[in-house]
Amino acid sequence: MTEATTGTKSGSGGPRMDAAPRLPVDRLLDDPGTRIIVCCGAGGVGKTTTAAALGVRAAERGRKVVVLTIDPARRLAQSMGIDSLDNTPRRVKGVDGADGGELHAMMLDMKRTFDEIVEGHADAERAGAILANPFYQSLSAGFAGTQEYMAMEKLGQLRARDDWDLIVVDTPPSRSALDFLDAPKRLGSFLDGKFIRVLMAPAKVGGRAGMKFLNVGMSLMTGTLSKLMGASLLKDVQTFVAAMDTMFGGFRTRADATFRLLQAPGTAFLVVAAPEPDALREAAYFVERLAAEDMPLAGLVLNRVHGSGAEQLSAERALAAAENLEEGGIVDQEPGNAGLRDPAAEADAADGGARDGGAEADADTDVHVDGDADVDADVDEITAGLLRLHAERMQVIAREQRTRDRFTSLHPEVAVAEVAALPGDVHDLAGLRAIGERLAAGVPAGA
Amino acid sequence: MRGRGGEWLGSEAVSRLQVVSGKGGTGKTTVAAALALALAREGRRTLLVEVEGRQGIAQLFGAEALPYEERKIAVASGGGEVFALAIDAERALLDYLQMFYKLGSAGRALKKLGAIDFATTIAPGLRDVLLTGKACEAVRRKDKAGRYVYDHVIMDAPPTGRITRFLNVNDEVAGLARFGPIHNQAQAVMKVLKSPETAVHLVTLLEEMPVQETADGIAELREAGLPVGRVVVNMVRPHHLDEATLRAAADERRAEVARALSRAGLGGARRGGLAERLVDPLLAQAAEHASRVELERAQRTVLEQLDMETYELPLLGAGMDLAGLYELASELRKQAGEE
Repeated sequence: MTEATTGTKSGSGGPRMDAAPRLPVDRLLDDPGTRIIVCCGAGGVGKTTTAAALGVRAAERGRKVVVLTIDPARRLAQSMGIDSLDNTPRRVKGVDGADGGELHAMMLDMKRTFDEIVEGHADAERAGAILANPFYQSLSAGFAGTQEYMAMEKLGQLRARDDWDLIVVDTPPSRSALDFLDAPKRLGSFLDGKFIRVLMAPAKVGGRAGMKFLNVGMSLMTGTLSKLMGASLLKDVQTFVAAMDTMFGGFRTRADATFRLLQAPGTAFLVVAAPEPDALREAAYFVERLAAEDMPLAGLVLNRVHGSGAEQLSAERALAAAENLEEGGIVDQEPGNAGLRDPAAEADAADGGARDGGAEADADTDVHVDGDADVDADVDEITAGLLRLHAERMQVIAREQRTRDRFTSLHPEVAVAEVAALPGDVHDLAGLRAIGERLAAGVPAGA
Repeated sequence: MRGRGGEWLGSEAVSRLQVVSGKGGTGKTTVAAALALALAREGRRTLLVEVEGRQGIAQLFGAEALPYEERKIAVASGGGEVFALAIDAERALLDYLQMFYKLGSAGRALKKLGAIDFATTIAPGLRDVLLTGKACEAVRRKDKAGRYVYDHVIMDAPPTGRITRFLNVNDEVAGLARFGPIHNQAQAVMKVLKSPETAVHLVTLLEEMPVQETADGIAELREAGLPVGRVVVNMVRPHHLDEATLRAAADERRAEVARALSRAGLGGARRGGLAERLVDPLLAQAAEHASRVELERAQRTVLEQLDMETYELPLLGAGMDLAGLYELASELRKQAGEE
């Protein structure tokens, strides 16, 4: 909806992170070796929109793509036809690529995904018992961790189906971007872990190791837990665990398998951020963490970057000029315009405008029928406003630049794609296409 | 609106636990910190707590990472003090076990087995009970003279999408753990959270998604019986020009604008002159500004329909620093006072 006004960060501004290489987005999307793109980053930086825009662009460049979104804005979801939350990828209408490119999209339903795992791994009776368990219901309905785990699980499923040649994943709005990597392991190790076994049969664990002391500790602990959680909750947990018995090992294994998938060469991580301190700090953490986990980072997508076509005019000069105009003050005058300051010459000036400017100035005289002196005061006011607006823009640019410099000095090797700030939200395919173009701008696909 | 607004910062009756939530990226940590500074007036003492382990408070105040310990982080104008605490669920649980069960070594054994991990990360809601429980404890804590240790506790809470669940999870736990200390603890915490002692504020920007989330959040909080405080509209941009004028400028007055720029000393107004070359980009920026103003206006209308008391904080051009925080705090005080 806002393409018409998005043109500021073009040409003249140019890429500002001089030290940072440009992210070759089209090359990444076109490479048949790219099978999974994970968009991660702090909340509120436009991850979902970035994932959707990449999906549209990749499909229109010939890939068969599925976008897995976690919590899209309502109108964005509607525009992609996935506003019904049914956990199934659906073909997005209106996106048709060359060479059979297709876009499919789905919205994650974490409870349903969890239910499906249970149903897939237990017989009907056992599955029924698990699904009805209050502890399971609370666990699956979502608390920190489940959403991340289920996003990973769904990614694994989509990859296993092999129906698409590119999967673009949006990550959950976690408190920290790192949760996406950590939560599945935590949940997996809990569900398969020692503690669960203790809850089930303390004697077995202790007995096997012949550790009597530990055994005593165990019963002390189950006693404590029972005191702490209340016997009924403990019983719910134990019933749940007993019912899940057949799936032991499975969760850990699945989490590990997905984790390995993320380390595979066909996977590319894109860290999404805005040029704000918090978002870029998270991005820096994530970059370091990916390196530590041997996960392939493709680059940084920097959303909401401000630019200006008039960067040659500094904030200070713009403000000084605005003050000049507002005070109607004595200013340096261009030789050719000296007469304009004379109020008596205002009418002449307007006439003069009509002479050289033609229709432009005629329209002007129609609008401003009031006194001659007002015309100039008015335009001075408007111009001063334009200059103040510009000064503000330049301050924003300077602030963003400082924030980005900090990131670049920490991670000079990370390639960057930047997307200009848009005045409003994007919620249609045209808007997503425009973002895709911005993402890919500056680096030709074949380069 | 008038009377209640004035009481917000001024009266003893004002909510003692102020929970600040908002969509990611709306600046809730900043607003929570500014609120803590604003409330720490005339020698009052406030406690600013964070519950998500992000160390956002420390970064905002330019301090070292906060330990699990209440420490003074700022002095407000008028001699008030702001303390800060990063609540850590695991530590809170161990504290709790120690307090109620004197579990020294058993606590460590539990930790080894992954029970603490289980309890704080996996057990539904337990983590949240521990976090809110610690905040409620600080709200109710009194010194030997029977005075409250903190006049106000301000919580930098999880984002709007999770806030109701976070605060209401006590209900959930209370339902799940039908007896026992956790049940009792949850009940006690819930009583504070649902009382007028608590107010949940939602921070938003004048953008579509944050406003929509705010509307949804208010509905959810109300449905859960949690006390909704105010909507804080953050990062409000000044409007230098009204739309009609801008449109006129963009469409019809290019030559005049060029001449005005030239008069202001920015170069020649003739085609190709320095001032003339500024006209296009400046008008493009103005057009962008105009569509943004238009969108903001539409979002304002949506907010008005919510019929909530609001506060507006300006966008600080130079970015957020300590001086900016004090500026926002005094803005909050001013708006409360002027109403």
